Amino acid sequence: MIAVSKLSYSYTGDTRMQFPDFSVQKGEHFLLLGESGSGKTTLLHLMGGLLRNKTGSVVVDNTDLTGLSEAALDRFRGQRIGFIFQKNHLISALSVEKNLMMSPYLAGLPVNTKRIEEVLSSLGLSAKTKSKVTELSQGQAQRVAIARAVLNKPLILFADEPTSALDDKNCDRVIHMLMDAASDSHSTLIVATHDQRLKSKIHNQIQLA
Amino acid sequence: MSLFILVWNYLKARPLNTAINIFLLSLGIAVITILLLVNSQLIKKISENARGIDLVVGAKGSPLQLILCNIFHIDFPTGNIRLADAEKISRNRLVKKAIPLALGDSYQSYRIIGTTKDYADLYKAELEQGDWWTYNLEVTIGANVQEMTTLKPGDQFVSSHGLTIEGHAHNEHQYIVKSVLKKSNTVLDNLILTNVESIWEMHEDGGEADESHIKEQPVDSAYIPSRLVPSVAADDSIKEITSLLIQYRSPLGAVQLPRFVNSQSSLQAASPAFETARLFSILGIGAEILMGFAYVLIAISALSIFIALYNSLKERRYDMAIMRSMGASRSKLFITILLEGGILTFLGSLIGLIVGHGVLILMSATLVEMEKAGITGFVFFWQEWIILGGSLLLGLLCALLPAIQAYRTDISKVLAGN
Repeated sequence: MIAVSKLSYSYTGDTRMQFPDFSVQKGEHFLLLGESGSGKTTLLHLMGGLLRNKTGSVVVDNTDLTGLSEAALDRFRGQRIGFIFQKNHLISALSVEKNLMMSPYLAGLPVNTKRIEEVLSSLGLSAKTKSKVTELSQGQAQRVAIARAVLNKPLILFADEPTSALDDKNCDRVIHMLMDAASDSHSTLIVATHDQRLKSKIHNQIQLA
Repeated sequence: MSLFILVWNYLKARPLNTAINIFLLSLGIAVITILLLVNSQLIKKISENARGIDLVVGAKGSPLQLILCNIFHIDFPTGNIRLADAEKISRNRLVKKAIPLALGDSYQSYRIIGTTKDYADLYKAELEQGDWWTYNLEVTIGANVQEMTTLKPGDQFVSSHGLTIEGHAHNEHQYIVKSVLKKSNTVLDNLILTNVESIWEMHEDGGEADESHIKEQPVDSAYIPSRLVPSVAADDSIKEITSLLIQYRSPLGAVQLPRFVNSQSSLQAASPAFETARLFSILGIGAEILMGFAYVLIAISALSIFIALYNSLKERRYDMAIMRSMGASRSKLFITILLEGGILTFLGSLIGLIVGHGVLILMSATLVEMEKAGITGFVFFWQEWIILGGSLLLGLLCALLPAIQAYRTDISKVLAGN
């Protein structure tokens, strides 16, 4: 599903980050571990097509991302990948439902309201469908962000530090929610984190130096 | 879901900002629309009213006043001229047609014009009901006069002296309505037409004695009837009229006639074309100031829209990055911002156009002067499409820089930067 080889990246004027070679199979859950500044987010962005690599190769779903045009990369990202960030980044001008609709719309997929209902109810958000995003609690907003990420049944779900700002109880809840949501939509899950609490939840791990 | 819904929600999310931007622009557009509508209708009106009249001859005074009084019937006469002098002009070989006008009385502020049938023909006037006047004191009234005074053929009325309501009434004589004109959207709509003799009869002191004087004329041995008013002699030394409307026989008239007229000590000639152009250049200053004000408003609104879009970029940095992560292309973000500018200015100019027409409709409904001038808000000019298109273009221009900024957003940096 994902194969990374000889991958490195350097921001302008910064030292080169060298990433280990690894591969992830379909449906597997992986943890990307490392301290702050070790390049977890960079690697995640490289694999998710948010950032372009200059050396090495990233092959996702038999597609070498390096060779894709800008437009093809946008389409690829929209249709096969879901992202969850530490902050929820919901579009505050839109309702919960419209936030979810953006996902298939921007990916160029048909908007399926039944699927939206289904995902929202599985995350216990049915009552919030028409709510304004600004009226949600922090936890509810995070669940909406998860719903948005899995709505298109992406092949891969990337989560960047989803739990680092949460207490133990909520950390536990969110990671299980993520794993369940990923399993429900048969998505591969990659979680980048420095949160040691997750080590016991997901056993496949890649350690960045 | 569509970009339009997204942009619409963004605009709705900041109602005050959106409202002030639309309001500013619509104010500017409304002023421009009103100026356009009034100006275009006035020019059309004036050229229609001055049609077929090459020169106006009247008493010395302001030439503009002469035109305003005798063609548009809004100013007061410069004075009277002797019929004999007018007669001399009308016999010039360069004159194709000469129409006498005698002013002085009014009825409920509608002017009574002593003239000939030629005057009505000038505007291709047709009768709605009744027959043209034939005898003294018979009148034909314009469509607006009929509407406002509710006079009908057979009715009699007493005119008042002067051109305002305050003048004393001519109680000794009564006019009788013979006919009503069809609406022609010219100055005729607001006039009461009769023959020149009626006006004289109204103003003769002691009535009886003078009337015998008129009847005396035909027995004179050297009697040549006047061309302008056939019932009196061409060399009559007493009778006066207000002005003479002249049509040239050839373009040469424009060169020679005004000079010829002005050389007569008591007469002056004024060209409607020249004087209305002068009038417009005078009025134009006021219109230009207003227009300038409108442009300033539009410029401010453009700036305001630009600032609003530019500021919102900062707030929406994450929105845009997240949209890119969900598959939106760079150009989609670019279009989103352009669409926002476009919707703002489109709404602004549309509301401006509606307000502009609305104000004129309201004004013509409440102000008699507007109604008399025939200015209405229910007309559309092709230039309004230019206003609409132009402001749309302005919106896109305001949004261009913010849109380019959005196009360049580095998603990875924004998403990693929290």
